[in-house]
Amino acid sequence: MSKYILKRVLYMFLTLFIVTTLTFFLMRSIPGDPLASMAQALPDQIRANFLAKYGLDKPLFEQYLLYLKGLIHLDLGDSVVYAGRSVSETIRTTSPVSGFVGGIALFIGVGIGSLLGIVAALNKNKWPDFLVIFIAVLGVSVPAFVLAALLQMIFAARLGLLPSSGWGGAKYCILPIVVLCLGPIASYARYVKSSMLDTLDQDYIMTARAKGMSESRVIRKHVLRNSMLPAVTLFGGSVVGVFTGSFVIEKMFSIPGIGFYYINSINNNDYTMILGTTIFYATLFVVMQLIVDCVYVVIDPRIRITGEKI
Amino acid sequence: MEKILEVKNLEVSFHTYAGEVRAVRGINFHIHKGETLAFVGESGSGKTVTAKSIMRLLKAPLAEIKESSSILYKGREVLQMNKTELQDYRGNDVSMIFQDPMTFLNPTMTCGDQIIESFILHQDINKREARQKALEMLNVVRIPDAEKRLDAYPHELSGGMRQRVMIAMALACSPSILVADEPTTALDVTIQAQIMALLNALKVKFDTAILLVTHDLGVVSNFADRIQIMYAGKVLEEGTAMEIFYKPQHPYTWALLKSVPKLSKHNKQELYALKGTPPDLILPLEHCPFAARCEYCMKICRTAMPDRTKITETQYVSCWLKHEKAPVIEPGYKREV
Repeated sequence: MSKYILKRVLYMFLTLFIVTTLTFFLMRSIPGDPLASMAQALPDQIRANFLAKYGLDKPLFEQYLLYLKGLIHLDLGDSVVYAGRSVSETIRTTSPVSGFVGGIALFIGVGIGSLLGIVAALNKNKWPDFLVIFIAVLGVSVPAFVLAALLQMIFAARLGLLPSSGWGGAKYCILPIVVLCLGPIASYARYVKSSMLDTLDQDYIMTARAKGMSESRVIRKHVLRNSMLPAVTLFGGSVVGVFTGSFVIEKMFSIPGIGFYYINSINNNDYTMILGTTIFYATLFVVMQLIVDCVYVVIDPRIRITGEKI
Repeated sequence: MEKILEVKNLEVSFHTYAGEVRAVRGINFHIHKGETLAFVGESGSGKTVTAKSIMRLLKAPLAEIKESSSILYKGREVLQMNKTELQDYRGNDVSMIFQDPMTFLNPTMTCGDQIIESFILHQDINKREARQKALEMLNVVRIPDAEKRLDAYPHELSGGMRQRVMIAMALACSPSILVADEPTTALDVTIQAQIMALLNALKVKFDTAILLVTHDLGVVSNFADRIQIMYAGKVLEEGTAMEIFYKPQHPYTWALLKSVPKLSKHNKQELYALKGTPPDLILPLEHCPFAARCEYCMKICRTAMPDRTKITETQYVSCWLKHEKAPVIEPGYKREV
């Protein structure tokens, strides 16, 4: 097991290295530079000074090596656009906001989604099933920004119940969370439903019934656990999905989360900021995948890698 | 002898898109206390459906047990039982083991927990006592190193071991009938013999009657007290094991017996194979279902169903050849001594 994890961690670093490299060169191949978004016509001297300050005058490959060197010391550099703002500091202060909103949305989404999936599976081809399918299809096909705008219109503009955007207090969180949790609700509802129907069809469920078990006990002891297992694999993706979904949502609701800054930095060609946040997201993704795989190994006895057969 | 299970006119249908498939077409049988009754027949003859009907494990509304059917367990009508009665009946009075012990055991639960479950369901004991009893059961089914196996998952055991775990689970509450649905089909031949020997030993130990469903006459020959030959949802012949093996009456039984390979040095004969396939069970089949494949088929066989003819106190056969006006023929099978 430890060997497996070690291998996975090594691959993780390799992935991150590739992500960093690709992002670095792709980003630099886009026309324009950080100054373009700040001022139209700067005197050449000021321009040269600025580039020299951030090391942008050096050859591209040298800049890349310098960046990697910084990265080894966990130094993501300073923002090129906002003077004196360190990238690490920005991530440190903004990611908890995203994490808070995203985490709650994910928790609610996974919970409600799984519940709906179970209800749908137990009432196959009856109205609760159709209702759940309807919600799931809606959740998958309606883009988050459409829903966000719709909710803003109804609850903020028309009814005036909730603030349309901004940050500060529970009131501001409600709409973004509702929008963000719809994705997980839809995907979990569908996934858990099909997984549960699959489990209900398994032979060992008949064995359980043949033992004289009540239907509710069969569901609790044999069906639920085995049908929730595959849903765990979905979790890593969902975490990342909620975070990436938050790019648009944070922007629309003006939430000072990391997605908000990510979008801004791309608009401004803020090189270090783009790289820093990309690396942050990539790390989040690979770490989540690793955690999910490890958890899966622990909860599903069939794929325990420890070997040691009895 | 006391009849503990009596099945009368059992009719089971499956409602499919193609139409109503009549899998079991009015069969009657009974099981005495502590005996082994074997159902023998080809795939699709209704053996397993009959077995599952006894446990009421068939899924409604897809499968339907007809109103006129009756399954009496110690005088109680199984088909009329409510949910709680049924839960009490399953596993406690009648329990079942299945064909493939891999898929019929929950892969994410230890074998021990699955046996413990049987005790907890039917007996008023706590988990620790149940674990102790589960351990005893594993010893009873002769699983070596039982303590360790208790915490093993099904995939960590071999096929034979898994089937032993299934047997331990099924016999946990000493049921009066064990329904064994092709218990050895998924196992290799050497293990088959071990499992059958085990079942036979346990039958005596727990005084359990066994309803053995199989298509393997070899398995049956050593262990069954009585045999029913099934075909297309009907019982064509029934009798004691001796009668079926030494004095078979029905052409289908002859064909089955002839297709058992014989191990002898000088046997140069090609193995007999019954030609054709069983009839589609969607068809009404108002006549003898075996007529189309029968070597002795007469005109009447294709128009009407023969009566059940008594040969001895225990042997009955449904065949037009037994009719008083039928021609007398040589039996199609003779057991070589």
